[in-house]
Amino acid sequence: MRRRWRDVPAAAALLAPSAALLGVFVVYPLARAILLGTRKCNVSGRVCKTVGWHQYVTVWRSAPFQNALGNTLRFVAMTVPIGLVLGVGLAVLADKQLRGIGVFRTIFSSTIASSVAVASLIWLVLLNPQIGLLSHLLKDAFPVVKKPGLLNDGGTAMWGVAISSIWAGLGLTFVIVTAALQSVPRELYESAFVDGAGAWRRFTNVTLPMLSPTLLFVAVVMTARAFQTYGEIDLLTGGGPNSAGRPTETIAYLIYGKSSKIRNDIGIQSATAVLLFVLLLVVSFIQFRVLERRVHYAE
Amino acid sequence: MPSDRPDDRPALDRSSPARTVGRYVLLVVVALIVLAPVWAILMQSLKSGPDSVRHPRSLLPVDLTWDTLRHAWRAGDLGRLSWNSLVMSVLVTAGVLVTSLTAAYAFAFLHFPLRRGLFAVFLATMLVPAEVTILINKRTIESLGWKNSMVGLVVPLLATGMGTFLLRQVFLQLPQELREAASLDGLGHAKFLWEVAAPLSRPTLAALGLLTFLTTWNQYLWPQSVVDDTAHRTLQIGIAHLDNGRVDNINLVTAGTVIAALPIAVMLIAFQRHLVRGLTAGAVKG
Repeated sequence: MRRRWRDVPAAAALLAPSAALLGVFVVYPLARAILLGTRKCNVSGRVCKTVGWHQYVTVWRSAPFQNALGNTLRFVAMTVPIGLVLGVGLAVLADKQLRGIGVFRTIFSSTIASSVAVASLIWLVLLNPQIGLLSHLLKDAFPVVKKPGLLNDGGTAMWGVAISSIWAGLGLTFVIVTAALQSVPRELYESAFVDGAGAWRRFTNVTLPMLSPTLLFVAVVMTARAFQTYGEIDLLTGGGPNSAGRPTETIAYLIYGKSSKIRNDIGIQSATAVLLFVLLLVVSFIQFRVLERRVHYAE
Repeated sequence: MPSDRPDDRPALDRSSPARTVGRYVLLVVVALIVLAPVWAILMQSLKSGPDSVRHPRSLLPVDLTWDTLRHAWRAGDLGRLSWNSLVMSVLVTAGVLVTSLTAAYAFAFLHFPLRRGLFAVFLATMLVPAEVTILINKRTIESLGWKNSMVGLVVPLLATGMGTFLLRQVFLQLPQELREAASLDGLGHAKFLWEVAAPLSRPTLAALGLLTFLTTWNQYLWPQSVVDDTAHRTLQIGIAHLDNGRVDNINLVTAGTVIAALPIAVMLIAFQRHLVRGLTAGAVKG
């Protein structure tokens, strides 16, 4: 009993800074946003009144939210599987003791250095219909890149954003998968080799099962990030192109975007943000539950 | 880039020379594809204005010049923006290291009521997305009178559940006798933390520090939300405004992009190993 209380003053002093900061800037905002989600404001955003908890249902069903939800899910489906496959491919390709392999590994992980803003601006230039290199290279296969431009066509704009996002995320996936590959015991490969398994069989029967916990982790992180996509949209499309509804407005962009309809309504914004939070929790939970059954954890 | 393993792979790795050549070819091709966007942007930023309009896609500048980079630096006041980003990142990194160390120490070495519950709250804060907190923090900062200030940019980012969690893991692996011996020697908590526990967790501190610096340097939504004057703008926000909406200024944007990415690229090459530790923390067992 004495031991239990003796450390209290020291603990209070050591914990005070973090506890205060996390309390004021994470816990309080969450509670506040949940409450504000029951309020609705007028056009100027100055006068708000409480409409109640059913506003969460109203917001969920509203056309802008459903549109943003659909776009977000589409974006997740575009970026996560492709990003994962490319990242694993790069890691497997570079997982070999060759002279100069360090240079290739550095190159493959280099996109870690690009921020959301840097990656977006790089692809904004490359995809520019007049001067972009990629637009030029792809103009015969995909005329849309020139007219009106990949990011200027409502049907393809999200792909432009996805390309930028996949490229920017490649480095991180590569680094994590490479580290995981290096922890796979060599003997497993050797016994598979002795058993006459070819390269592909070794990949599917040894590499993939051993990588599966890492791949689960990476998939969950990538999905959560994709769900929160904001900067790419802000810089590449602004939720537009303007002509065709809001084909690239993600949930995060619906909350914060310059041209978002709900921008002045802190009540609706809060409700949308809380719905995004719940959605993230549910999706991560399902991913762990469903995928974990197929994951092989090494002892 | 993760540490090159000693060559301990017998038999199946001694593949035929033809296969080795094939792998090299593939590696080079893929490396070129991954690097192509960066190269194209870099070259664009080394072209003069007229050159970039006349030969926008050439992968080598016709007349190589530093003018574009210099012009972007001046026009966008990138010196000031870089300084803002640097100060913000350094302060946040230092703050996160200190708050994580002290909190992790309390959770790992001290006994007090509600310890588990409080630690669970710390962990749970990792689940709350920035989209929720920024909405409210923006107003908190405004009401504190910290809008458009470095204090406003930095303070809400000074503590993380993640940092506390990582360092607590390290502390728990330190032998318990260490703490007991220290208290027999009359070493107080502050001294033990500073002179024993912190130095012993140096690799994790380095990884956490680098990761925090990187994520802070690259922040987008938060600085955009609390800063709207040019004096306190960060680099990530500033580089998008360089073209003033004109396509013939697009090489200025590429120059800004190069300037914004360069320090991180250098850091990545210089501290690869620590950074990888930070990025893979929790992802890979063993």
